[in-house]
Amino acid sequence: MLMTERDRVAGEIKNLADRLGHNRTALMPILQEVKAKYHRVDSYAMQVIADELGIHPVEVYSTSSFYAFLGDRPQGKFVIRLCRTISCDMEGKNRVARQLENDLGIAFGETTRDGKFTLEWANCMGMCDQGPAMLVNDKVFTKVTPERVHAILEDCRKVFGQHATERKEVHLA
Amino acid sequence: MSQLPTFTSMKAEDGLRKALGMPRPDLIAEISASGLKGRGGAGFPTGVKWNFAAAAKADRKYVVCNADEGEPGTFKDRVILQDHADLVFEGMTIAGKAIGAKEGILFLRGEYTYLKTHLEEALARRREAKLLGKEILGQDFNFDIRIFMGSGAYICGEETALIECLEGFRGEPRNRPPFPVNTGFLDRPTVVNNVETLAWAACILQKGSDWFKSVGTEKSTGIKIFSVSGDCAKPGVYEFPLGITVKDLLQQVGGAGAQAVQMGGASGLCVPASEFGRQIAFEDIPTGGSVIVFGPQRDMLDVLHNFLEFFVDESCGQCTPCRLGNRKLLEGVEMLKAGACSMAYLQELCALGESMQLASKCGLGQSSPNAFLSVMKHFRAEFMGRTHGFVNA
Repeated sequence: MLMTERDRVAGEIKNLADRLGHNRTALMPILQEVKAKYHRVDSYAMQVIADELGIHPVEVYSTSSFYAFLGDRPQGKFVIRLCRTISCDMEGKNRVARQLENDLGIAFGETTRDGKFTLEWANCMGMCDQGPAMLVNDKVFTKVTPERVHAILEDCRKVFGQHATERKEVHLA
Repeated sequence: MSQLPTFTSMKAEDGLRKALGMPRPDLIAEISASGLKGRGGAGFPTGVKWNFAAAAKADRKYVVCNADEGEPGTFKDRVILQDHADLVFEGMTIAGKAIGAKEGILFLRGEYTYLKTHLEEALARRREAKLLGKEILGQDFNFDIRIFMGSGAYICGEETALIECLEGFRGEPRNRPPFPVNTGFLDRPTVVNNVETLAWAACILQKGSDWFKSVGTEKSTGIKIFSVSGDCAKPGVYEFPLGITVKDLLQQVGGAGAQAVQMGGASGLCVPASEFGRQIAFEDIPTGGSVIVFGPQRDMLDVLHNFLEFFVDESCGQCTPCRLGNRKLLEGVEMLKAGACSMAYLQELCALGESMQLASKCGLGQSSPNAFLSVMKHFRAEFMGRTHGFVNA
């Protein structure tokens, strides 16, 4: 049987609601799981969630758009969040930020065109004694230096496997 | 090796066993007698809070552990959850017994998702050991704990915003009263306590209120856990008795020579070197435990700029003083940095800050001007008429 992407999303949301409950208190956990799996919660998913919980879809949008980790914008497979709050700032987060932008070719708030990386700021993430700190999805990196950025990104890229068009190292003649 | 010797010295389940053997009023009286005040920063007496929730009549009640540790410079709860999760869960169970709740919820901030597996394992172990679930320790008391993940919103550290989030709404604070102890999660009586507060509650049951009171000051009893970061030789978490002076604290963490210390995070106070003799206690400098040390090389305007960007970003936008006030303060700091702010306008900004303290709906807007006002009070002379940016005098 051919199953379209939409049917699959709808089926999964139904399962989630069966497990977590068909009421409003299940909204946050459902949004979190959909976001983690599909890297976005689009308007179709919001409609299905609203139907399952018996609320208006704009309520789902309202809640989703309030939280920094949710929202309706598509994100990359790896979401990199660099802490910008005072202690990490004093430890030199600006240089790490610049190097992340250089190595990914995007600015903060953007996603790479291949959909692999999203670069975002985080407000204080509780690693103030080991700054600069950043999260790559759920994993935390501390005392990040501009030099280490490349290695961290390469470790992420390994997950995707080598693609013929991706040259790992550029050697200057 | 844990950095927290007092928590490490506690015997597992001793406090819980004692609590389960006590009638509820005695249990709450023990916490009240200890003088324990909320360790998240607000300093509300824990015994009073539990008493209100215990007195409220309802079919269900809830215990919520606030692990939405988002205050800039605070990370003690992360360390406590990593190294002493059982003590926190024990404190939640004791609170459940005290107020008559059957369900506990740990609200864990999204940034700490990496702690979730470790915490779930601790919960599973406790269920297996009959410390959670039905008939705990063979007694007629049922209580279980689940973990609820936040999704990146500083404001959810405010207890009513946290409850809104639990219920599946935007994390916008509610009007108070009614307070959560009467009308909380799903309109049921709910106790919301900080991670550290609950851990101390378990310690107090084990060692007694006199042990807890033996250190600290009369109005601020016990030990407080501090998160120290910034320009010091030994950043990290520390246990100090409340009442310690800023100077003594700085000495212990290798922060001598600091020009100022931010106590209580971005929403706390900026204490200049001339006031390092002051005490850290609820009656003098209140704190949630965040200590950020600023060495002489730091421009305090950069610091303020960072704090205000934080508040502009994290304000929920619900009430005008906070939504617009923080923006105006941020613009003011930018003007000062450019050397383009008149004294009259600076005075207007300070008056705006005072209005925000009075008129904002919740603790965020009421406390976000604190740093601006205290920095302006102590460092104003350095800021006026700047022509070439920061000069390290």
